[in-house]
Amino acid sequence: MWAFIHKLGSPKWFYAISARLLPWFWVAAALLIAVGSIWGLAFAPADYQQGNSFRIIYVHVPAAFLAQSIFVAMAVSGLIFMVWKIKIADMAAAMMAPLGAAMTFIALFSGAVWGVPTWGTWWMWDARLTSMLILLFLYVGVIALRGAFSSRDSASRAASVLAMVGVINIPIIKYSVDWWYTLHQPATFSVTSRPTMPMEMWLPLLIMVLGFYCFFIALTLTRTRSEILRRESTKRWVRELAGEER
Amino acid sequence: MAFSSLNDFLAMGGHAPYVWSAWAMTLLLLLGSVWHARHERRQLIRQLQRRGRRERHHAAQGRATDSRSRAGDIDET
Repeated sequence: MWAFIHKLGSPKWFYAISARLLPWFWVAAALLIAVGSIWGLAFAPADYQQGNSFRIIYVHVPAAFLAQSIFVAMAVSGLIFMVWKIKIADMAAAMMAPLGAAMTFIALFSGAVWGVPTWGTWWMWDARLTSMLILLFLYVGVIALRGAFSSRDSASRAASVLAMVGVINIPIIKYSVDWWYTLHQPATFSVTSRPTMPMEMWLPLLIMVLGFYCFFIALTLTRTRSEILRRESTKRWVRELAGEER
Repeated sequence: MAFSSLNDFLAMGGHAPYVWSAWAMTLLLLLGSVWHARHERRQLIRQLQRRGRRERHHAAQGRATDSRSRAGDIDET
């Protein structure tokens, strides 16, 4: 087990193994998102209260899920980097931050746009909305912090610490709808309980969520491989590899 | 199918601006991320290849004329 983890932590080995996994995740992401989009947009029945505006859920919920999951993944990577000094963990953490910020933005934007016909307002200082906005600021903070140091090691450690501290916000986001019942509706999607919406609305949502997760994995693997080329550019195997690529 | 015609689909029961702007923003950011990752990778590989070529070139030159000036060798990248 330890030998496996150490091997995975080696950039060269990671580069080779990720090349084999990568196409599968890209294909899965493209297929799932395509099927989920067509199903959700054209085939799922309209909501009896919200009409067709409810179709925003198919981008809103997957984006909000990823926004939170990516932050947790970043905090875990930060911990792995700080404790075991595994460089790959830090590279992955650096590469996933912009996608996390983009997902948080999508969740906020689609939520605001959805709020206009549903609540009659695009923004309110509701607990869920506010904690999501804080998440966006945390992402921006992590990205900016990385850029603020001239030494890579200091930058990595600072970003790891901020991610590990900022992760406190995640349970706040999750439980905000139960603790302060204000504007945002409670969770529509849960692993532990039966879905509260009809199957033909819920299934495309599940497919979209899975598609977004595959997209996140594919993009992070792709970008971490690029980051390996960037950071290990003086290594002999990277030189040889670049000669073969087109 | 939840809609009877293409126009019906595009109109989204009067909610077109909301539904389509949310979806467009999502699509834009997803495709933008893919484009960025591809561009980043290509640029890095090109950079590495350029550097590799330059080194091989210098190595060959070094063997041919050992006394030649090396002033132009500083790597800016």
